Amino acid sequence: MVDLSVTLAGVTLKNPIVPASGTFGYGREFAELYDLDILGSFSWKGTTRAPRPGNPQPRIAESAAGMLNAVGLQNPGMEAVLREELPNIAKIFHGPVIANVCGFSLEEYAENCRMLEDAEQVKILEVNISCPNVHAGGKNFGSDPHSAAAVTRAVRTATKKPVFLKLGPNVTDIAEIARACEAEGADGLCLINTLLGMRIDLNTKRPLLANRTGGLSGPAVFPVALRMVWDVYEAVKLPIIGCGGVDSAETAAEMMLAGASAVEVGAANLRDPWACKTIIEDLPNLCERLGVEHISDLTGGAHHG
Amino acid sequence: MTKSAFTLEQARQLTGDVWELTLAGDTSAVTAPGQFVNLELPGKFLRRPISVCDWDEGRLLLLVKEAGAGTRQLVRLPAGTELDTLSGLGNGFDLSAVPENAVLTGGGIGIAPLYGLAKRMIAAGRRPRAVLGFRSKADAFYREEFAALGLEVHIATEDGSLGTRGFVTDVLKTLPEGQYVLACGPTPMLKAVHALPQLSGGQFSFEARMACGFGACVGCTIQTKQGPRRVCKDGPVFQKEDIVW
Repeated sequence: MVDLSVTLAGVTLKNPIVPASGTFGYGREFAELYDLDILGSFSWKGTTRAPRPGNPQPRIAESAAGMLNAVGLQNPGMEAVLREELPNIAKIFHGPVIANVCGFSLEEYAENCRMLEDAEQVKILEVNISCPNVHAGGKNFGSDPHSAAAVTRAVRTATKKPVFLKLGPNVTDIAEIARACEAEGADGLCLINTLLGMRIDLNTKRPLLANRTGGLSGPAVFPVALRMVWDVYEAVKLPIIGCGGVDSAETAAEMMLAGASAVEVGAANLRDPWACKTIIEDLPNLCERLGVEHISDLTGGAHHG
Repeated sequence: MTKSAFTLEQARQLTGDVWELTLAGDTSAVTAPGQFVNLELPGKFLRRPISVCDWDEGRLLLLVKEAGAGTRQLVRLPAGTELDTLSGLGNGFDLSAVPENAVLTGGGIGIAPLYGLAKRMIAAGRRPRAVLGFRSKADAFYREEFAALGLEVHIATEDGSLGTRGFVTDVLKTLPEGQYVLACGPTPMLKAVHALPQLSGGQFSFEARMACGFGACVGCTIQTKQGPRRVCKDGPVFQKEDIVW
């Protein structure tokens, strides 16, 4: 019997598989399809203080082995999530929830975290400082170490819950940003967000997405995500949630070997709504093949020996 | 929604860029005209959402317009190809609120769901009529199929090579006031039909670029009078009074 449980920042997940923010809503659509209690956790849709309608259409484009999205953090706002989604989540999922928290100012990040303080089921705050589709004063907080540190500081004093900063790949040196978050008291990191990209519509000869650019996800980004998890694992001591292009038990295991303690599955859920279920069912056999009794032994394994 | 394999039985070319596909499989999740399926294609990351034209216990009929690399590939797949399919997606047309002489209004490939809709309305004893718009006679398809259902069919073509010269709105304007429309077609057509002052009401089926097709990614959201709504999960059919352009 393989032990699939993992622990990060004191929070134990029954397995390392976590649907990634923005691909799983607040769980409602998937609860119609399978029992969500098989999941290690899930990371809810990035939530801002005020409701956001998101970007104009079109927001979706395809690319080789992946897709671009420019949804632009459409969400009902933190109050509506606390009022309508959180009680529903308690009915459809009984494990620890990861709350993806977004903001356009340090104050907004801090306030959103404070508002979640009494939400018992929310065990980890995933502070999104790397959405490529919205811009606070022309850039993301996650795009340089100083602003990443400032957000970490702001949320660290606003909550007692574990804080994981969600970092993006559209930077020169992700390890430097990871170190800046660690120095300000982050409990963990989640990486990566989507890669900034674009497509052009040959019929109109204009950018296909109304937002012009969007975030690339899917199997195309997996090697990039894996390399960044590898680099950040070498740079910090914090637990890492690896995210980017994972679509199978095998790619999840690679992510853990590169240094991830848990693994988020994103775009794969959109192509196959049962993707996380299949991955979780495949993990025990894979662990046996890899000769590990505890899946947590995989974490960072590729760095040793 | 279910996920199952459908087998492509036949692809029949109807015009220069429109094809009729017949697929065999479990159609039990399809419950209303106007719903769609999301087909996985070999080598493509995203599925392709295609409106259901008609269905019976074991077969799906789809009309597909070649619009890009995915649909070009889809219509040329060899018979016998198995397609991983999410079926029964979206809310179709709500027939409970429709007056018995509603006007089915379609433009181009948008006429696809109106065929299955017409068939079911007629089976239920209603007397709809159809107004179908095409670019030209060469682009027209499914005229005989609609006519064979036994309903009155008006055709409009932009160049006048068949039926009324102009758009579906030019035909609708000649009909008595107070028409209720069931519409599907390109956005400019939907917008023009929606703006006609003589309508008593209607339902409009929207098209959008989608990633998941089942409500998870909110990629296809449009703004409505009820707030943001997902074309895939809350639509694709929306009530006239809820639509904002």
